[in-house]
Amino acid sequence: MDLWLLLGACGAATYLWRGPGVRISAGLDPRGELFSWISCVAYAIIAGVVSRMLVIPTGVLAETSHLERALCSVAALAAYFWLTRRNLFVGVLAGALALCLLRL
Amino acid sequence: MTNHAFLQGAREAAGVPSAVLVAGFVGFGALAAAQQVPLGIAVASTVVIWALPGQLIFIDMHTLGAPLLATVVAVMLSSARFLPMTLMLMPEMRQPGRPAWQYYVAAQLLSLSGWTMAVARFPGIPRAQRLAWFYGFTLVLILVSAGSTAVGYVGADRLPPLARLALVMMVPMYYLLILLGAVRERTAALGLACGALAGPLAYVATPEWSVPLAGFAGGTAAYLLLRMR
Repeated sequence: MDLWLLLGACGAATYLWRGPGVRISAGLDPRGELFSWISCVAYAIIAGVVSRMLVIPTGVLAETSHLERALCSVAALAAYFWLTRRNLFVGVLAGALALCLLRL
Repeated sequence: MTNHAFLQGAREAAGVPSAVLVAGFVGFGALAAAQQVPLGIAVASTVVIWALPGQLIFIDMHTLGAPLLATVVAVMLSSARFLPMTLMLMPEMRQPGRPAWQYYVAAQLLSLSGWTMAVARFPGIPRAQRLAWFYGFTLVLILVSAGSTAVGYVGADRLPPLARLALVMMVPMYYLLILLGAVRERTAALGLACGALAGPLAYVATPEWSVPLAGFAGGTAAYLLLRMR
């Protein structure tokens, strides 16, 4: 029950950015300072979560070693940027397959 | 005519855009199962939050036992990108005489993939048909993603441990690639770099508040670096 409440609050919190965006069309200057800072924080948040997942994982990912996660990342990046021309599907798959190969 | 645009959007979503989301959300479902979040919550989060970063934070902070307020603040901060995305897209879809609620629904349907494709496709779609196209495209993405969340969740238990581990590994891989692939200007590059550094550091300092702290500290540092030039 608590978790449903939390989910509802998180959904509403997300909509707080979506809804007002419909209303404010000319109010905020996309080249302004406030907008620039908001963008920086938005990028930093998700990068922080992903890097924490890779550097100090919790849950199941904690079963993998630093080396394994580093090699998976390299495989995914190589497949995405070099082998294919930014094919996200192949890149993600390469990262997961690398883990399987390392464990065989 | 509008019906045609809706179906056209739905058809376009059914290909590669869906395949990419299947990978991301199957991984998310597997992660949710591993963190022992109920199936209903995991699937509902895909529809209610409809932003994988926010959903990851929701699951992650719940697992860490973070305070409710910290979780809501972190999810909210992680979704800030929807404001600029909505601001940019809405004028492209606006048509006189259309009820306003249709745009507020569209705002909920918006996601990173839907936005990217809409920006690319809109020049080739007549203005009057864009909203219908957007509805078709994004509704298919949501349905596919909700289904993938359930499949990942249920499938995870029946898979061998290694396959399950590989599925969960897909989540950070997906973001690593989508974030690095999206770097086109300095704001993105600096924000991502500072956030990547701040994330683990903030976690060591205070696990419960690490996500918003890393965002504020890393983002502000990136902003200051940006201003120094």
